[in-house]
Amino acid sequence: MKKTVFLGALAATGLMAGAAAAQTLEDVQSRGTLNCGVTTGLVGFAAPNANGEWEGFDVALCRAVAAAVLGDPTAVEFVPTTGKTRFTALASGEIDMLARNTTWTFSRDNDLKFEFTGINYYDGQGFMVPKGLGVTSAKDLDGATVCVQTGTTTELNLADFFRKNNISYEPVPIETNAEAQQQYLAGACDAYTTDASGLAATRATFEAPADHVILPEIISKEPLGPLVRHGDNEWGDIVRWTLNALIAAEELGVSSANVSDMASAAGDSPEINRLLGTEGNLGEMIGLESDWAVQAISAGGNYGELFEKNIGENTPIGLARGLNAQWTEGGLLYSPPFR
Amino acid sequence: MASISDPQSQQDSFRLSMLLNDTRYRGLTFQFIALILIIFVMAYLGMNLVSNLATAGLTFSYDFLGDPAGYDINQALISYTSQSTHLRAAFVGVINTLLVALFGCITATIIGVTAGVLRLSKNWLVAKLMAVYVEAFRNVPVLIWILIIGTIVTISGANPRAFLTRGGSVEPESEMLFGAFAFTNRGFYSPAVNLGPGWIIVLLALIAGIVGALLWRRHMRKTLYASGKLLPGWPTWIILIAPVVIAQLVLGSLSLSMPDVESNNFNIQGGTVIGKPFIALWLALSVYTGAFIAENVRAGILAVSKGQTEAAAALGLRPRRVMNLVILPQALRVIIPPLISQYLNLTKNSSLAIAVGYADITATLGGITLNQTGKALECVLLLMLFYLIISLAISAIMNVYNASVALKER
Repeated sequence: MKKTVFLGALAATGLMAGAAAAQTLEDVQSRGTLNCGVTTGLVGFAAPNANGEWEGFDVALCRAVAAAVLGDPTAVEFVPTTGKTRFTALASGEIDMLARNTTWTFSRDNDLKFEFTGINYYDGQGFMVPKGLGVTSAKDLDGATVCVQTGTTTELNLADFFRKNNISYEPVPIETNAEAQQQYLAGACDAYTTDASGLAATRATFEAPADHVILPEIISKEPLGPLVRHGDNEWGDIVRWTLNALIAAEELGVSSANVSDMASAAGDSPEINRLLGTEGNLGEMIGLESDWAVQAISAGGNYGELFEKNIGENTPIGLARGLNAQWTEGGLLYSPPFR
Repeated sequence: MASISDPQSQQDSFRLSMLLNDTRYRGLTFQFIALILIIFVMAYLGMNLVSNLATAGLTFSYDFLGDPAGYDINQALISYTSQSTHLRAAFVGVINTLLVALFGCITATIIGVTAGVLRLSKNWLVAKLMAVYVEAFRNVPVLIWILIIGTIVTISGANPRAFLTRGGSVEPESEMLFGAFAFTNRGFYSPAVNLGPGWIIVLLALIAGIVGALLWRRHMRKTLYASGKLLPGWPTWIILIAPVVIAQLVLGSLSLSMPDVESNNFNIQGGTVIGKPFIALWLALSVYTGAFIAENVRAGILAVSKGQTEAAAALGLRPRRVMNLVILPQALRVIIPPLISQYLNLTKNSSLAIAVGYADITATLGGITLNQTGKALECVLLLMLFYLIISLAISAIMNVYNASVALKER
């Protein structure tokens, strides 16, 4: 009996892998919905609102892809994933794409056989501590107990940082951001470490956000981006260029407010025309309708609008654009040309 | 067989149709067909797995076990740093799993036997309280109990900072009990024992004490059976403790190092720490499994005929002796087999450890290592193998014990 169960589990793994190899675009179109992996809840990036609708910066990307592919930004099935389950969910075909503050690393790209289709947020790992501790630098954390989400690059950076600075710490491994928040507030750990954007988002949900400080040290590079499975380049291109379309739209001044006007007839700018499908046949090349980018941009707006609406300075999360400004404004966002 | 069969029928003894028509062979035929089918299905699924792995470009290899793990573990009983290998991280996890399983089984048994006996008490209040305990713990999933107890431990303990003097600059809010013990929301701190020169002699004295105590018990029993005279039990404790105390007083080789509240700003340093994750998981598994064991014990006791109690009472034994000498030894025969499966359950339930941040094998090998290397199949197979071995080992040990208490059939 035990043997049967054992082989059954093997078989289940095998069967799941079988679903993965198929053509994702056709699957999504015939299904009529996009299965998008997001976090289990990180305000500003992906969290259900009071009405139970998912919203946030990562969610908006899922909606843009759904709009580009299916013409309907609401045709998305959101699949909450933890740091531990996300890669299995993607590899097994349970989700079509993963938009979940996932750091682009060499081994994830090559060893885990995923394809990162761009970067939608340039981040770095930081530490949050209660103000009362009087800590001003991460190097003062010698001997501290640190909450960290398991199965993340954060966990490895944390070990490296303390080893490099020759100071000690005690890790408390935690599965989800919500649990980490609870442990941190209960004083089970002195500091919480994750991506600085995640810290800001988490702090925004505290009763007294001002009692907590995010330390100045950023100890790693965390380029966060959406990813898909290796081996389905058409689908990878769709996700990549949908993100690029949102970034290019901001650079070119196309927003959710003016996109329908601009798309109604060809304008003066050839690149805007090509992007919006009033000139050339970019949509055909990528295997979608000619107005795919119009749909993606109308879904929630261009990159800048999404940023301001979900995590920008006027939201409780209050992140500055920083590295995530357009290249023309000193940031790192740089979409290849639509040509 | 052949000698009694008729030579005539021997000639045409086997025809192909007999495989279906003859009841002697029919069963075998069907079993054979079923076996072939199962092999085909398994082979199909196995090939599917292999080809899908190949399509996805994934290889099956355990090489990653030799690579540096890169992450830290909060409770490691063997030396471990983030530069140790994944294999060593797995071993740390194995030891942690075994540790919590061992302590869990011991306390669960104590709690279970106590609650099971008390549930049969004639005292209404005690019996009902035990009934409430058993029903409350048996009927709520163990994960919920782990989370509840983890939260309770976190909330009820003080923050370790309350004990700290921070280099003597601050007056601590709380004093440690006897300057040596502190219960915080991160664990229980107590003094550590340092082994000085001559500690082997102290250890030998301890062993001598244990052996001496056992010999005294044996002597008590022999005298009781031989003469009916009941010798006092208190010398047992003196024989047990005296040698080690004397050895320590003479040699002074063991010393205590107190937890240090001065040197660090965040946590108490030094001493012996029993971490909060361990406490939470251990308590939760113990009380949860204890509730099941209590029911096994109650069933075992009820299975012993009432005549036994009455006969023992008629011989003049007091109720406690009736329980210890007459009822429990017989009840054990009923209790042990289900007790084995409770021990197995406890060990397997310990895989929920990550819920309170305890680094067991599922959290290290099956969690962090799996995630950082992406070797899901390899890690899960190793994990299954480990739990299989542990479960079979527990079964084997308990079966030996069961055989020793079972009714001897001669």
